[in-house]
Amino acid sequence: MDISTFLVQCLNAVQYGLLLFLVASGLTLIFGIMGVINLAHGSFYMLGAYLAYVLAPHFGGYFLGMLLVGVLLSAIFGFILEWVFFSFLYGRDHLQQVLMTYALILVFEELRSILVGNEVHGVAAPQWLAGGVSLGGLMTYPVYNLFASGACLLVAAGLYWLVNRTRVGMMIRAGASNRDMARGLGIDIRMLYRAVFAGGVALAALAGMIAAPASSVYPGMGGGVLIMCFVVVVIGGIGSISGALIAALLVGFVDTFGKVFFAQMSGIGVYVLMAVILIWRPQGLRSRGF
Amino acid sequence: MHSPTLPAASVAAVPGARARRAGWLAPALAALALAFAPLVLGAYYQELVVQIMIYAIFALSLELLAGTTGLVSLGHAAFFGIGAYATALLAPQYAPGSVALLLVLAMLCAAAYALLVGALSLRTRDVYFIMVTLAFAQMAYFVFHDTAIGGGSDGMYLTMRPVVELGGSVLADLERPRHRYFLALGLLVLCYAFLALVLRSRFGHALAGIRINEQRMRAAGYQTYRYKLAAFVLAGALAGMAGFLSAAKNGVVNPELLSWHESGAVLMMIILGGLGSLRGAVIGAAAFVLLKEFYSSEALLGPAIAGRWQLTLGLTMIAFVALLPKGLVGIGRRFTFPRKPS
Repeated sequence: MDISTFLVQCLNAVQYGLLLFLVASGLTLIFGIMGVINLAHGSFYMLGAYLAYVLAPHFGGYFLGMLLVGVLLSAIFGFILEWVFFSFLYGRDHLQQVLMTYALILVFEELRSILVGNEVHGVAAPQWLAGGVSLGGLMTYPVYNLFASGACLLVAAGLYWLVNRTRVGMMIRAGASNRDMARGLGIDIRMLYRAVFAGGVALAALAGMIAAPASSVYPGMGGGVLIMCFVVVVIGGIGSISGALIAALLVGFVDTFGKVFFAQMSGIGVYVLMAVILIWRPQGLRSRGF
Repeated sequence: MHSPTLPAASVAAVPGARARRAGWLAPALAALALAFAPLVLGAYYQELVVQIMIYAIFALSLELLAGTTGLVSLGHAAFFGIGAYATALLAPQYAPGSVALLLVLAMLCAAAYALLVGALSLRTRDVYFIMVTLAFAQMAYFVFHDTAIGGGSDGMYLTMRPVVELGGSVLADLERPRHRYFLALGLLVLCYAFLALVLRSRFGHALAGIRINEQRMRAAGYQTYRYKLAAFVLAGALAGMAGFLSAAKNGVVNPELLSWHESGAVLMMIILGGLGSLRGAVIGAAAFVLLKEFYSSEALLGPAIAGRWQLTLGLTMIAFVALLPKGLVGIGRRFTFPRKPS
């Protein structure tokens, strides 16, 4: 493998890892704070990708504006979803919530089929992000993929700031470490849950929107992402955002280079990684803190 | 955990023979009804009932883990799939295999993988356990999906279905639907009775104790890891039994048998039925298969609605979660037992 191929694969790995991180961070927040194992989280990623498909023609070159509108829409959607389907489930056994999220996957898949059909779609990257960067020789790398990685990094930094440096973040951390104590201190836990759920949905949808121009938009795209995100969340340590970032990049590299070196058995690599890490550290890489 | 009312464990704890007799009567009557059902059922519905019975065995095996021991596994389909693949791979190609031999081999293969997975994954707990079992199931899935062992992603055929032979004469031939039906029914009854006995045994009580308070069980001198591992292997073997039946019924196996969709579906069955009771697992399996069948039936609902079965099935499950916190068995229990003051 020459140096420019290696570089391209590294960039691919980082981009895949960062996208996984965006989805997984929402998943880990929702689990860490509300204790909900959200099987429907992959559907929110799909929702984002289809939002990009539907919105893109209306926004043309204003790609960032489209992202903003999409994030707002999906956050409102998440807010209502938590209100209607989850708010009455917290006192119950966790498995009831799992059953609810499983049922929601079925509903979302069918609604997607009714609303936009079952075809595979592509979303064009905006004009100002089209084209490629030369990496020496004949190799080029799409500008859009660089933009995607950059955007994900920016969101990751913003998330870190939000959770660790703001008052809202303080409430989130308080809610995660001791729900009853946080309530006793006057934090409105119900609103906090609703906001965190909405935020998690928005993050997953943002990842879907960013991913849409780099890959295609297709039915069932949430399923694969969901399982990968579970792997990321578990390797990173449940509830830990920084752990999710490390784990997502690790998974990105193992998956990308697994496909290069062991094309025949590439699917297994990530799961072997997860099994090894959990046998070594049963609580994940970052077991405490964000 | 929110007020775990524990039917499986509490059946034995309810004093008086009346409750005990009531515990046996319903399953026995159901088995009897199933034994006579082929007299009135057409070929199609007979196959559907076989499908339900296979899933019921599969769900019962997971119930031992999730409902009794408190070990929620999201990778249980691996053992189901391995049982099915073992049947297809080990059956002789040009002659029918022996039911007894293939069944035992399928269960042994599934149990062997369960021993490996259990030994490693029982080091973790709670959500980590859910995810590690999922990871091991995905590994098995990709081994069958990506390599040529079992025909890759297309799967492989079981060319000749196995037979029961005694002294040179064929007693049962699984090529015949009626024989498949009664083998499945017999194994379901065996499996149910076996698990009912297990739950009443010292071993079963220890498993229930581990679910409620593992720390205390350990303090009482139980080596809980061994008990959990034994339950995991036993559940794997029973899932392998269901896998054998699935291969024998369909005559074909493919990697989707091991997929996380399948693991998720069987978990949903036992939650839907009501976690913590054997009959809940059976009722959940029947409800899941029948609901799916009903909602995707073009004859009953017309193509426009039947084509959208995921939507109707999903909405029904949401309604169940909202209205039936204790699962489907909770409906019956509301009428048969006086409600505890809470």
